[in-house]
Amino acid sequence: MPGFGFTMAFTLFYLSAIVLIPLAALVIRPWELGWSGFWAEIGQPRVLAALRLSFGASAVAALINSVFGFIVAWVLVRYRFPGKKLVDALVDLPFALPTAVAGIALSALYAGNGWIGGPLEKAGIKIAYTPYGVMVALVFIGMPFVVRTLQPVLADLHLDSEEASATLGATRFQTFRHVILPMLAPTLLTGTAMAFARAVGEYGSVIFIAGNLPMVSEITPLLIIIKLQEYDYAGAAAIGVVMLAISFVFLLGLNALQAWASSRR
Amino acid sequence: MKDILHPRAATDDHPLTKIALSAIAIGFLILFLFMPLLSVFSEALAQGWRMAWDALREPDAVAAIKLTLLVAAIAVPANMVFGLAAAWCIAKFDFRGKHFLITLIDIPFSVSPVVAGLVFVLIFGLQGWMGQWLRDNDIKIVFALPGIVLATIFVTFPFVARELIPLMVDQGRDEEEAAVSLGASGWSTFFRVTLPNIKWALLYGVLLCNARAMGEFGAVSVVSGHIRGLTNTMPLHVEVLYNDYQYVGAFAVASLLALLALVTLTLKSLLEWRFAGELAASGRH
Repeated sequence: MPGFGFTMAFTLFYLSAIVLIPLAALVIRPWELGWSGFWAEIGQPRVLAALRLSFGASAVAALINSVFGFIVAWVLVRYRFPGKKLVDALVDLPFALPTAVAGIALSALYAGNGWIGGPLEKAGIKIAYTPYGVMVALVFIGMPFVVRTLQPVLADLHLDSEEASATLGATRFQTFRHVILPMLAPTLLTGTAMAFARAVGEYGSVIFIAGNLPMVSEITPLLIIIKLQEYDYAGAAAIGVVMLAISFVFLLGLNALQAWASSRR
Repeated sequence: MKDILHPRAATDDHPLTKIALSAIAIGFLILFLFMPLLSVFSEALAQGWRMAWDALREPDAVAAIKLTLLVAAIAVPANMVFGLAAAWCIAKFDFRGKHFLITLIDIPFSVSPVVAGLVFVLIFGLQGWMGQWLRDNDIKIVFALPGIVLATIFVTFPFVARELIPLMVDQGRDEEEAAVSLGASGWSTFFRVTLPNIKWALLYGVLLCNARAMGEFGAVSVVSGHIRGLTNTMPLHVEVLYNDYQYVGAFAVASLLALLALVTLTLKSLLEWRFAGELAASGRH
């Protein structure tokens, strides 16, 4: 069949020009600081605080999504109710809505004079412009990953084992705990990990609601932008390389997880 | 009596469980999906249609809309051609390292948008590898259209390819081989045999690619320089207005982008309902 040479050459050229060479340029850059200079850059308290917030808030958001995303997926697959197709289609909203739009909408909603933030503030809870605001934004953007990963697997789940469990006298909760959950665990873990990986790098939806206080509510991607504005290219690249390394570790882990999940099915 | 007529299946949840779980799910979605979406439109219209409409007709807003359309008009076809080429060589031929190539194509999805912008500043920025040379030759890439286009292409890179690759692998090569053995050229095989088989999946990928291209914020924010009326795309214009406390304007432009998202979701769902069999079974996002 014709076309191999041409399409392969174009694919490799385009991939190298847009993705591989630029990423290589990023990986090389911070080493002009030297090994110790690189670690000094990463070891700054402000950088460490940003990394801690990015990973901590992403982990909490992914955990919240694993619980509520599971319930949403369960309700969408197992139950019937009017308007289900509409709700199902809207689950993808965080994928489709530009992150800046999500960011200003969430901060308007959770600010002290917002629909949700107002009542909460009266109760003494502040969400916007605190680390909790960061978590709210990360829950928003991570939710579809958990729901969309679980849905097809949940729909394919055979009811035989649930029936067997019920005939052997298990309560519905025991069946869930000992039959359904173990079958779904790898998939749930995959979806949660995807939500986490997306959250760590997220920028647009977070910066409006975060307040961006150094050491308190400043996320790692924002710190890269601040370094660039100060023309500290090497410093920005050092943080960028750390984030890139972490996303590669996650990509590898996710591939392994998915292989495990499909072998369990 | 009722229980005898309509026995509950062993795999059905208790009615109270159903109500409780449904309430939690719907409550969660209202809090995190419907209310943010609703608030975009409500804030935009807070001072009436007139104010929102005027904010969209303001010269900087018009310039931002035009720039966004222009960037998408370059980035989306570029990634479409790439997606077709990559899917063709991966699906129709055998070679070593195929899985590695697929993994490489997926990389941009796992890179933070800010890092995606950063790589181009490190190459083309003032203190980047080519910065001095570009300045001597008076070529502007960062803080200008080419940089915005490059960053947009990077973040939307895998969209078309990852829709087409699994589908074309599934479809195999029998039809193309038959066409070629009957004397069809490569191009006419592609246009008459392959394209009709993949057209809905291609449209699906282009749709998602376009939505992200028009809405991209982080990557574009790094390379744009935020020059009003010149290098601000719509999402960046939203940011500038919002930080200026011009909330009605910010939310008016934001509601245009939200409408784009809703149209995208509608078309995407229509494609999924109507042509489920002709879209790739895997990789639904």
